[in-house]
Amino acid sequence: MQTESPVSTVTAAGDVSFSVNGGVRTARIAPWTTLLDLIRDHLGLTGTKKGCDRGQCGACTVIVNGRRTLSCLSLALSHRDAQITTIEGIGTAGALHPVQAAFIEHDAFQCGFCTPGQICSAVALVDEGRAHTDEEIREAMSGNICRCGAYPNIVAAVRDAMERSDARV
Amino acid sequence: MRAFEFVTARTASAAREAHGGRPGAHFLAGGTTLVDLMKADVARPDVVIDINALPLAGVDTAGDRVRIGALARNSDVAYDETIAREFPALVQALLSGASGQIRNMATIGGNLLQRTRCTYFREPQYACNKREPGSGCDALDGFNRTHAVLGTSDACIATHASDMAVALAALEANVIVQTASGERVIALESFYTQPGRQPDRETTLAHGDLIVGIEIERSALHRRSHYLKLRDRASYEFALVSAAVALESDGPVIRSARIALGGVATVPWRARDAEALLAGATAGEDAFRRAADAALAGAVARKYNGFKIELAKRAIVRALSTVAQAS
Repeated sequence: MQTESPVSTVTAAGDVSFSVNGGVRTARIAPWTTLLDLIRDHLGLTGTKKGCDRGQCGACTVIVNGRRTLSCLSLALSHRDAQITTIEGIGTAGALHPVQAAFIEHDAFQCGFCTPGQICSAVALVDEGRAHTDEEIREAMSGNICRCGAYPNIVAAVRDAMERSDARV
Repeated sequence: MRAFEFVTARTASAAREAHGGRPGAHFLAGGTTLVDLMKADVARPDVVIDINALPLAGVDTAGDRVRIGALARNSDVAYDETIAREFPALVQALLSGASGQIRNMATIGGNLLQRTRCTYFREPQYACNKREPGSGCDALDGFNRTHAVLGTSDACIATHASDMAVALAALEANVIVQTASGERVIALESFYTQPGRQPDRETTLAHGDLIVGIEIERSALHRRSHYLKLRDRASYEFALVSAAVALESDGPVIRSARIALGGVATVPWRARDAEALLAGATAGEDAFRRAADAALAGAVARKYNGFKIELAKRAIVRALSTVAQAS
């Protein structure tokens, strides 16, 4: 096996491969491309939303190696070896993820702009298994802002999905 | 964002070599400070050295001193059972900071070096001696409600933003750094520098030094520690005032105390005078209030932040009462 060099340098745009939603995708990107811009502008996966673009609203949340992450504050090149999951990789119209089903059941959105980020955050949160009470869910979901103020229903949806997940274990 | 060269480093020495102390070179870890400030055009690196592949993410709890790698994520440390048992204040501080997403990204080394949230620093149209030395400070006569009352100067009143570093100050942590001339171990109290005439300088690190980890001693004192954070909203907000405290007692008599403050000072603020007053005192509200008065004795308020002085005193009393009641 070839030993990896201790440093490698990228100075201009080039073709780079990423693992996204279980497949390999290649895009021609410059070093200053964020993970968010890669996902939306280069890969055409526009379910992930650009809200503040400064790490304050959570609309850009995706799951990287199982952990919820802000794609707007990540450089794409930092994630060449990562498994990236966007909202397009979570459930399908015919087979919703339990968190998606719970969001519909509890009417956990109005305009829907924050919803892909809310769902990615909640999916990873359910997997973390650390929040259980309403208070803990509010704290754990505080990185996802909803300007419509659908918070009570979002908490209910996450709690419901969490309880169903606990019941499965 | 401005254009830059992107370097991926896989060893600490390769990372430091790629950096070379060049003014435009910056290490990139979690990105939650650097990428944000690059978008704001406050940070303008021409070389970004990604250090995420370095083998520095471990938490070693085997020895008398717990060692935490610089690239351990805030959430890794916050949910470590040994850390939670040995250093409650550290876990409480980490979990009170930022959001679930940011805690998954932000690293321990990056947390130590996060930049201030002072609005005047973060918006290039304002005068800021920290961002642009010699340009002045628009916070002095501006909306300075969130600014510091301790450790300030006429050049800068910006607070240090980290919760974690306040807990580490109370826990007397060391910062382990790789420098051009070998490894340095720096006590947290000597790690940060107050602004004085040079607010752009924030630590005793040389440009190009690389933080590789921190270490904290296990002790009865540290097991009985607590972090209290007061802020404008219940979550995902920086501290207006915070207090990290630790107590070791013989029955009602305090043997040893530690107090550090956040949100009120230009650096994570160790209140040694207050600690000295508590040694040998009987635990209780009277002693705690005397210590709190001593901790804030040198505070200087500006137009909008005077409320922080009394708030900080009450935070100290509350935090000390909490640990005193916990056995």
